[in-house]
Amino acid sequence: MSDHELRVSKIRDGTVIDHVEGGQALNVLAILGIDGSEGLGVSVGMNVPSDRLGRKDLVKVEGRELSQSEVDVLSLIAPEATINIVREFEVVEKNRVTRPDRVAGVLSCPNRNCITNADEPVETRFEVVSDGVRCDYCSTVLRSDIADHIDV
Amino acid sequence: MRQDHLITATQLSRDDIEAVLDRAREVAADPESYAGRHAGTMLALCFFEPSTRTRMSFDAAAQRLGIDTIDMGDVDSSSVSKGESLADTVRVIEGYADSIVLRHPSEGAATLAAEFVDVPVINAGDGAGQHPSQTLLDLHTIREDHGLDDLTVGIMGDLKYGRTVHSLATALTNFDARQHFISPESLRLPRSVRFDLHETGAQVREHEDLEAVLPELDVLYVTRIQKERFPDENEYHRVAGEYRIDADTLDAAPDDLTVMHPLPRVDEIAPDVDDTDHARYFEQAHNGIPVRMALLDTLLENAEAAEGTEVGR
Repeated sequence: MSDHELRVSKIRDGTVIDHVEGGQALNVLAILGIDGSEGLGVSVGMNVPSDRLGRKDLVKVEGRELSQSEVDVLSLIAPEATINIVREFEVVEKNRVTRPDRVAGVLSCPNRNCITNADEPVETRFEVVSDGVRCDYCSTVLRSDIADHIDV
Repeated sequence: MRQDHLITATQLSRDDIEAVLDRAREVAADPESYAGRHAGTMLALCFFEPSTRTRMSFDAAAQRLGIDTIDMGDVDSSSVSKGESLADTVRVIEGYADSIVLRHPSEGAATLAAEFVDVPVINAGDGAGQHPSQTLLDLHTIREDHGLDDLTVGIMGDLKYGRTVHSLATALTNFDARQHFISPESLRLPRSVRFDLHETGAQVREHEDLEAVLPELDVLYVTRIQKERFPDENEYHRVAGEYRIDADTLDAAPDDLTVMHPLPRVDEIAPDVDDTDHARYFEQAHNGIPVRMALLDTLLENAEAAEGTEVGR
């Protein structure tokens, strides 16, 4: 993509999350707990043309380098995402997201009768299984509808 | 069994199960040798929903081991009615008792409780989740009749919400057992249990009708279909009627078929079955005592061993 096509500006230092499935950018920010209140510069591109995905979203977070464990949870909703760490306008590190064993405090359990939905002092915790996630408390399995249960 | 708690049947290996059942056999054969074994310890019975047999059988099993029991009483008369969290309740009770038996209407309650306390927690039923101590006594009953391998088990009734079914189905995957699930379409096994069965590669078949599979069974495990699971009372009566057995139904069964039920039954097993050689549900309920004695003995022994290790460090 040439410079005159850029829809969002380059960042100096921070993280670019690229190749996010179209429509998931705001969920990415929700999972990362970024809502603007922390004062970070955030740019979001939605439904940008992509050779690999057709349409993709991308998220640029200025001034914060996200760790691998922070971004791995994104694999649940954006398995194709690439994470670029940028310093002085240069990409110094480029990684794919990998599926973590567990995700904590990110999703709410869809089972209304699960103890984690009962005002108890615990974070939700899900085991990442072959084709979805599974509640550590009530064993409910969540598959295609993970993004609907993001709770951060 | 080297577990600290008993929360779900998925945590139980074949060795764990056999160790408890071997001990239950010893208890049944010579209860006197276990009398007073844990004198001076205290068990808390925390039932957040009604229970008769589970509560009483844990109480009786504990007392036979010399364990004193304290009962939280009805939820209406406890702090829970003031809005206290389960996490707080069990942390307080941990100070009063050496082990906790917990029944709660929410799935995952026992898992949560075990995260907040150091004393052994036994899940005595969490919503439509699990009821693993019932499973141990079910397996004990099956084992005494048929052994636990080369076994064909039919499980019938409310498979969706029946926690005894969920625990039993999972535990049976440790053995060479073929499982037939017989239920109306709307009460089939939930996704979470299917997941566990699938993971273990268990031999499982589902049916809407008992007739075809009955002649193959060693065990028929019947559960109650609850009225509140149906939006319409007529629909409930229609469905429940299809999953009711009587002595005539069992004419087609093998002579040594064992009929089990976690009880209470309503009318899914007609009283005329009680007089047949198949009926084993009262014996099954009585087995709650030796099995729960064996379970409490095991968990308290594990807890004492762990404490000893910590002191040794």
